[in-house]
Amino acid sequence: MWIDLAITMAKIIFILAITVGFFAPILTWVERKQSAIMQDRIGANRADILGFTALGLFHIMADGLKMFTKEDFIPQGANRTLHTLSPIIALIPAILTFAVVPFGGKYTLWGTEVNLVISDLNVGLLFVFAIASLATYGYVVAGWSSNNNWSLLGSMRTASQMISYEVTMGLTIIGVLMVYGSMQLTNIGAAQEDFWRWGFFLQPVGFFMFFAASIAENKRIPFDAPEAESELVAGYFTEYSGLKFGMFFMAEFIEMVTIGAIVTILFFGAWHIPFLTTATLLSMFDFLGDSGANLIVMLIHVGVFFGKVTLLIFVQMVIRWTLPRFRYDQIMKLGWKILLPLSLANVVVTGIVILALN
Amino acid sequence: MELLIFYPLALVSVILAFLVVFNKNAIGSAVCLIGMMLGLAGVFVLMQAHFLAILQVIVYAGAIMVLFMFVIMLLNLKDDDKGWKMRERNVWLTSGTGVLMIGVLYKFMDTTAEAEFNSPATVPDNFGTAELVGTSLFTDFVLPFEVASILLLAAMVGAVVLAKSKVD
Repeated sequence: MWIDLAITMAKIIFILAITVGFFAPILTWVERKQSAIMQDRIGANRADILGFTALGLFHIMADGLKMFTKEDFIPQGANRTLHTLSPIIALIPAILTFAVVPFGGKYTLWGTEVNLVISDLNVGLLFVFAIASLATYGYVVAGWSSNNNWSLLGSMRTASQMISYEVTMGLTIIGVLMVYGSMQLTNIGAAQEDFWRWGFFLQPVGFFMFFAASIAENKRIPFDAPEAESELVAGYFTEYSGLKFGMFFMAEFIEMVTIGAIVTILFFGAWHIPFLTTATLLSMFDFLGDSGANLIVMLIHVGVFFGKVTLLIFVQMVIRWTLPRFRYDQIMKLGWKILLPLSLANVVVTGIVILALN
Repeated sequence: MELLIFYPLALVSVILAFLVVFNKNAIGSAVCLIGMMLGLAGVFVLMQAHFLAILQVIVYAGAIMVLFMFVIMLLNLKDDDKGWKMRERNVWLTSGTGVLMIGVLYKFMDTTAEAEFNSPATVPDNFGTAELVGTSLFTDFVLPFEVASILLLAAMVGAVVLAKSKVD
């Protein structure tokens, strides 16, 4: 009982530390540096402590300090309660998804089985989907409660964009579900031990559609119509300052990590290394004893998982900084007229192939 | 132990349900309604119906309420609807429906009052999972299920026809 509780607490702390504590702040720096490299600039390097700049890493601290000390501004005529509540509504779902994300397999350490997922729901895949659909409200309410027409336009675009791409997302998830026959994310991860059984090979079209839909859900370029810096000032969070703005900012970066994690689990073999099964890995570290080998393999798998996540985040950043943007009507057209029929066809074709192979 | 989770959930759901009715602005009501649906989803989880709980969140809290909000924003109901009043006839209809609803609730309470609380019914292990819900939908309840889908299809066609005639 107590040891289970301790293990669960450890997992929760680990996930919070790595997403909120590590990925989110580091990504703000990576995004700056990476965009600088892509645009042939030097990028953030001015913030220094006693002359040390540490490649601009101190900018994270400077940013944090700035957000903490800025005036918390609520515009006249705004709905104060909802204006304050909406950054929280936006941030919570972003973090909550990690409750069902497995970042490793099952390992036996000194007699206790450790399952590297906080909550192993049998409807885990649907849980991710449900939470993603809840994330909309923070942004929608934010724009509405600001009493600003730019914000309102931004949040209306958010609502319509989310509705449109959620359908595609749901249908691509069905493809994955049919292939692996399970909605439990740990099962889907475990089923991809063989390299050629990775979701990317079994559902190639599904992968591209899912990735596009999830970037659209995160409202990043090329699907940035709700923010639309060049049209709507900053869209739904135009009227936000200080730490509330920071929360929207954080939510976006954490969601990037979430997308990376979910795509890794569904399409890129979760924590598995290509052509290296868990059994072979275990036998390689046999000399450490049973628990020792399990421990080493666990660390390797967690490392591999977050390595893949990092790679996928990098892909998202590269897409963002090539700076293509869809117009609002193009986003709708792509969602309803191209992605939706394609995802439906994907489900049908997947069904036919599964039927033919059996 | 379960009551410790149930009572806060139930309390929050009921309070939010009242707030839906008494809230001054439409978006506030919608937010409260979403909160209430999440509370209900929690109650479903307590009853071992995980799949139903998730569906409640995806369909009602997730999809339908986003559309509600979208429509409310499109109509842009703000403070200028203070002059809005219910029509006389609607007041009577609403009260009548309320009385009927209380009757239904009384019937529910009557049935639950007879149940013994200390002997919960045994449920199979896979109760409430997606597999079981799917199997029963496609075997025992296949006719109602198909009828419902035809109804939805008809509604969809109707919506398309209505929207088309306005655009052209």
